[in-house]
Amino acid sequence: MERVLLKNIENPNSADINEYLKIGGYKSLSKAFALQPKDIIEEIKKSGLRGRGGAGFPTGMKWSFADADPRSPKYLICNADEGEPGTFKDRILLERNPHLLIEGIVISGYALGAQEGFIYLRGEYPHAKDVLSRAIKQAYKNNYLGDNILGKGVRFHITVYQGAGAYICGEETALIESLEGKRGQPRSKPPFPVNVGAWGMPTIVNNVETLSNVPYIIDVGGEVYSRIGSKDCPGPKLYCVSGCVERPGVYELPMGTSLREIIYKHAGGIKGGRGLKAVFPGGISTPVLPGDKIDCPMDFVSMPKFDSMLGSGAVIVMDESVCMVKVALRSLRFFEHESCGKCVPCREGVEWLRKIVERIEYGKGREGDIELLSQVAETISGRTFCPLGDGAACMVLAMIKHFRYEFEEHIKNR
Amino acid sequence: MLSETAIKELEEIKKSYPDPKSALLPALYIAQREFGWLSPEAIESVAKALNLPEAMVRGTSSFYSMFKHKPMGRHLIQLCTNVSCMILGAERLVDFLKNRYALEPNSTTADGRFSLMIMECIGGCDVAPAMLINTDFYGNLTEQRIGEILEKYK
Repeated sequence: MERVLLKNIENPNSADINEYLKIGGYKSLSKAFALQPKDIIEEIKKSGLRGRGGAGFPTGMKWSFADADPRSPKYLICNADEGEPGTFKDRILLERNPHLLIEGIVISGYALGAQEGFIYLRGEYPHAKDVLSRAIKQAYKNNYLGDNILGKGVRFHITVYQGAGAYICGEETALIESLEGKRGQPRSKPPFPVNVGAWGMPTIVNNVETLSNVPYIIDVGGEVYSRIGSKDCPGPKLYCVSGCVERPGVYELPMGTSLREIIYKHAGGIKGGRGLKAVFPGGISTPVLPGDKIDCPMDFVSMPKFDSMLGSGAVIVMDESVCMVKVALRSLRFFEHESCGKCVPCREGVEWLRKIVERIEYGKGREGDIELLSQVAETISGRTFCPLGDGAACMVLAMIKHFRYEFEEHIKNR
Repeated sequence: MLSETAIKELEEIKKSYPDPKSALLPALYIAQREFGWLSPEAIESVAKALNLPEAMVRGTSSFYSMFKHKPMGRHLIQLCTNVSCMILGAERLVDFLKNRYALEPNSTTADGRFSLMIMECIGGCDVAPAMLINTDFYGNLTEQRIGEILEKYK
């Protein structure tokens, strides 16, 4: 497959506008300006592009909801707050290919009738902030941003907003709260941000990788794009592989590449030739899979059929030496720390889950603890405003389902 | 009080948003830069500069883990111990910092040189275990390597 998102990143100066222009950068922007905004939305719909932040919502549909809202101004927000443990795909795009993202944002803004865009960048990425700020300055200087872009009368401005270390702000309504200068707590939905978003106005929130697909779709057309990878959710996908593999890193592959191929062909297999025990296919919020269940196509539609989810495409590989109780405990500490405190089932339930797994890990587990874990997890599921609590519950339930013996072992032979 | 430069910077930032309240997070970063941490005085200055109630400024700042609510050492070590870093040895690094520098998580060395914060994922999983020192990123950490790196920060 031709590289779309990671094109030219071996070039040490790939983040510079001149290098980007040399490989045809910003050509899609000129092409887009010759089209009607509605035609661009149609093209995105035709492409089948789905949001790459984790939920996999059809981008064209999201756009048309916002487009149907007659109110203005509309705002475009780029969600660059990737915080799902194991995920570092957007960092590569931000640090190595920022002009692709800027071009995607400007095209999207034009299509949606938005004149202002905000990139909500996680605070933990200071280097990305520097690179991105430099790239935005270059884009202004070259008239790809501003009040009269390319002399076509199109106005679009980008502001970078730096987050401050809250995972929950990756959730779009929490992100909007944070951008408005508040605690990042998710809002009740509906209304959805496409109608009532930032400052009460229609707002489109798209992930970095999603927006970075837009220039290519405009370049080749939605039809051609839709033939890449899985039929139901096409396109190139960035998979980030970490943990016990020979070659951890970001791999751009057709959507739907099998988990086995990602781990064994691209990431070089398990480190030191050890056995594979378990994999989080899309970050720790996606149900863990045992090592013998990795023949599944990694896309948004297929993964639920294999008892998991694609999430952010963050493949965390664990070899036979890794203790799953310990992994569950570390994951729960994460969810407990990041729970925003708004919904009681999540705030109290996740802490409770952590306490139970902690005593199991520390050799103080009690008979009935596994049942109690299931009960608490099931009580959290579906009873919160946002998916954070679900993520924690899912993680625990999948751990018990596939690695129950390990929890039992900890309780019995302590 | 915030410096004149900071006030000017803040006035510029306010213009980027439809509602100047959005400048709160940027203002907290600026105050942190000027005061070293979000002291009561820093919180008060931000509240004044943005014409917001102090309680709102404090309440918002306490939500975010990158805002410092106590004085910190000269260099802030932000070490990730989340799953990808943990399974590749991040806990050994925490122990190493304890043993070598008597540095516990969420505390500062007696000489004020280092503070240690345990981070949730910092997106360095491809080179795990990873950390930030101030704004410098380091990956592929081992006990030996982290020791060598820290020597560069006096």
